[in-house]
Amino acid sequence: MRRKICETQRAAFQRGGYGCFQMQTSNANEIGLIARILAGEKELFHELIRPYERMVYLTLFSMVRNETDAEDAAQEAVINAYRHLASFRGDAKFSTWLTTIAINEGRKRLRKAKNSAEESIDEEAEAHEGDYTPAPLTDWREIPLEALERKELREALRVAVVELPDIYRQVFTLRDLEELNVEETAQALGINPGAVKVRLHRARMMLQKRLVPFLKTTAPARKGFFGRAL
Amino acid sequence: MKLDCKHVWEHISEYIDGSVDADLRKEIELHLEHCEICSAILDSTRNILILTADDRTFELPVGYSERLHERLAKELGSAEKDSKNE
Repeated sequence: MRRKICETQRAAFQRGGYGCFQMQTSNANEIGLIARILAGEKELFHELIRPYERMVYLTLFSMVRNETDAEDAAQEAVINAYRHLASFRGDAKFSTWLTTIAINEGRKRLRKAKNSAEESIDEEAEAHEGDYTPAPLTDWREIPLEALERKELREALRVAVVELPDIYRQVFTLRDLEELNVEETAQALGINPGAVKVRLHRARMMLQKRLVPFLKTTAPARKGFFGRAL
Repeated sequence: MKLDCKHVWEHISEYIDGSVDADLRKEIELHLEHCEICSAILDSTRNILILTADDRTFELPVGYSERLHERLAKELGSAEKDSKNE
């Protein structure tokens, strides 16, 4: 299913949430599927994994930042999930368990590529004082739906996300792209929920600062949607 | 307590997620009613999140799903053979 900017989504944002495209497969259904796969109906693994293909790829792309490597790693992660399915206990959601496997695969590849900087800065990052304030605007007008449809805006966002520092990009990907909640993100990355919130805030502010020039130039001088009243 | 802009910015992410407490939410909303700068920051941040959630922003490589399931089918096939040989 292709997700597009839609009325429902806009309304969800106006309410302060954005969960209108969350995975539809219920936990109970998944647990049933897993039991059948483990009992011998192996082909059902295709069905189990299908809703999460995108999530696995994007998680890995956020780590290795290269399409070919991300695809290769995604295949490996899915195979690993299949091989270790019996170890899934159901105390976490299947999506979180799978994300953890994908992250481990990504970390393995980063280590192999001698790019272990990602892990070494992990612990001290929160203590680092940086500039995480948003870009203030004085001539801002809320932008209409059509402006958000512009290709160059999406391209600018892709580049800005890819160029975020690793620890911020990973949290941003899991929370805002894959729509995992704070607890699930913390569990998948092996960090505490407080760190998830701090990193997410910083990531969003960095992106806001980067993208404001694009949003500004596309904004006509009239009020659009997203009224200030919340 | 009257919030200044910097204080609002610090909480903007949690405000968007709906995870600030009721009192703070009220304070932020009061501030947003008269502060165009903070309203603009809130709107622009939200717009970025909407774009992020749009599938067209982060697309999968063409044929990704097919290749993934082909590889998986091979794995399932070899697991099948292994179990028959046991």
